[in-house]
Amino acid sequence: MKYACFGYFDEEKFAKVPEAQALAMMDDCIAYDDAVIRGGGYWAGGEGLQSPKNTTTLRSQNGKVTVTDGPFIETKEQVGGLMFLEAKDLNEAIRLISNHPGLKMGPWEIRPVTDLNAMIKASQERREAGGQHA
Amino acid sequence: MDFEALYHDESRRVLATLIRLLGDFDLAEEALHDAFAAALEQWPKDGVPGNPRAWLVSTGRFKAVDVLRRRARFSPLESIPEPADPAADPTAQPPEVEDDRLRLIFTCCHPALAPEARAALTLREVCGLTTEEIARAFLVLPPTLAQRIVRAKTKIKEARIPFEVPSRSQLPQRLETVLQVVYLIFNEGYAASSGDSLTRTDLSDEAIRLGRLLVELLPEAEVLGLLALMLLQESRRAARATPQEDLILLEDQDRSLWDRQRIAEGVALVERAFSLPPGPYALQAAIAAVHAQAFRFQDTDWKRIVAYYDQLLRVVPTPVVELNRAVAVAMAEGPAAGLALVDGLVAQGNLAEYHWTHAVRADFCRRLGRVAEARESYGLALNLAGSEPERRFLRRRLDELAP
Repeated sequence: MKYACFGYFDEEKFAKVPEAQALAMMDDCIAYDDAVIRGGGYWAGGEGLQSPKNTTTLRSQNGKVTVTDGPFIETKEQVGGLMFLEAKDLNEAIRLISNHPGLKMGPWEIRPVTDLNAMIKASQERREAGGQHA
Repeated sequence: MDFEALYHDESRRVLATLIRLLGDFDLAEEALHDAFAAALEQWPKDGVPGNPRAWLVSTGRFKAVDVLRRRARFSPLESIPEPADPAADPTAQPPEVEDDRLRLIFTCCHPALAPEARAALTLREVCGLTTEEIARAFLVLPPTLAQRIVRAKTKIKEARIPFEVPSRSQLPQRLETVLQVVYLIFNEGYAASSGDSLTRTDLSDEAIRLGRLLVELLPEAEVLGLLALMLLQESRRAARATPQEDLILLEDQDRSLWDRQRIAEGVALVERAFSLPPGPYALQAAIAAVHAQAFRFQDTDWKRIVAYYDQLLRVVPTPVVELNRAVAVAMAEGPAAGLALVDGLVAQGNLAEYHWTHAVRADFCRRLGRVAEARESYGLALNLAGSEPERRFLRRRLDELAP
């Protein structure tokens, strides 16, 4: 079963960490991803994200699209990276993230991925049968 | 064949195994009822099988598979839960030789479930209480409680929380969650946190039953400790309140009303727990045991209690434990020593909102003859008290100190 894992961190707090220590933390994370996640066959994708400052938020209100600078919710902790795990159940996913060095930097969310295949197939059939919608 | 006795003895175990095999609470419950219905019909004719439990599990499983096949015919797109291990012998012990009820308890108490849901789900699936009974016990509307349980079952299914006993590395933390749930259930029965009734005994009995099951299946130190604590606290039930449900303090309780059998059982469990390194529950139980073994209040070995609190503080360094220790110190060394400790706690900004802090402080002041301060503290305690019996008790103390 696939789980999406979001790692949060406080950018302001992290910026105050001395460089050598920050690099060591990054090394621990990368080493863990390599040895445990990929090595164990659990890796199903993932990315590190640029600073939350580089986020752009779009909203549709009253038929108009507004574009603003910054994340959708203004919180101290923002998503720093996301990773997809292929695990047999939630306990396995919890175990993998519990031991992840990245957990020391901030909380992680584990969220099951839903299988959209059936929905997509049904949508395809509807569109082929009824013609394209505007 | 006494079917009522059979249901009473076996239904919970059969249900736990069916949940593991079918991977679905509701399907398992249906299967359980179908199996018992079949037994009621066939056993009078064919005789009682050699292994009734195995027969019930096997029958339940096959009936569930039938149900699933019928459903599949009507809704092919619906994802059908695969029976966990269709070929397996349902009663063969898995390699770890674990009881399915233990798996079920760990699943119902999973930290990924909402805290309010854990106790409800445990009472429903492990103890077999109805939704209405649980709702009444927790002073919650039945539909609200039903929703909580549905939410939890949905999460178990959709997020795939497995039916398993955690691995050795996860066990201590996960066991803590289980024990927390059991103790919460016990405390809901022991001292209603609000409202007029001081005890709701049904829940305390269920908690003790759960505690006994856990001791049978997983006799770790804290499991022994928790059962001991619950038994010792429960042993005082008959002496703790007047018929009008007024509070009776430990010092005023009629000790002839204490349940000596429960005390003996509790004390034995404390001894067992102490042969392994004692944790917080075992230490609290040890304190309760000292009280239980004092013939009269005046015979209480307070120095020993203080020593246990010293040990407890090392593992649970919280203000509440400090407060309880202060009470013991006051008994062992006099109220002035106790007052110094409580004032220190309040000065640190701890427990100002906890009514017992002020009640304890008031009592120390009263014993030192500082009446005005005692009245003031009882007043503060009254404003913060949660239950009606507690308020009545505090009002009585206040009245006794008429200026």
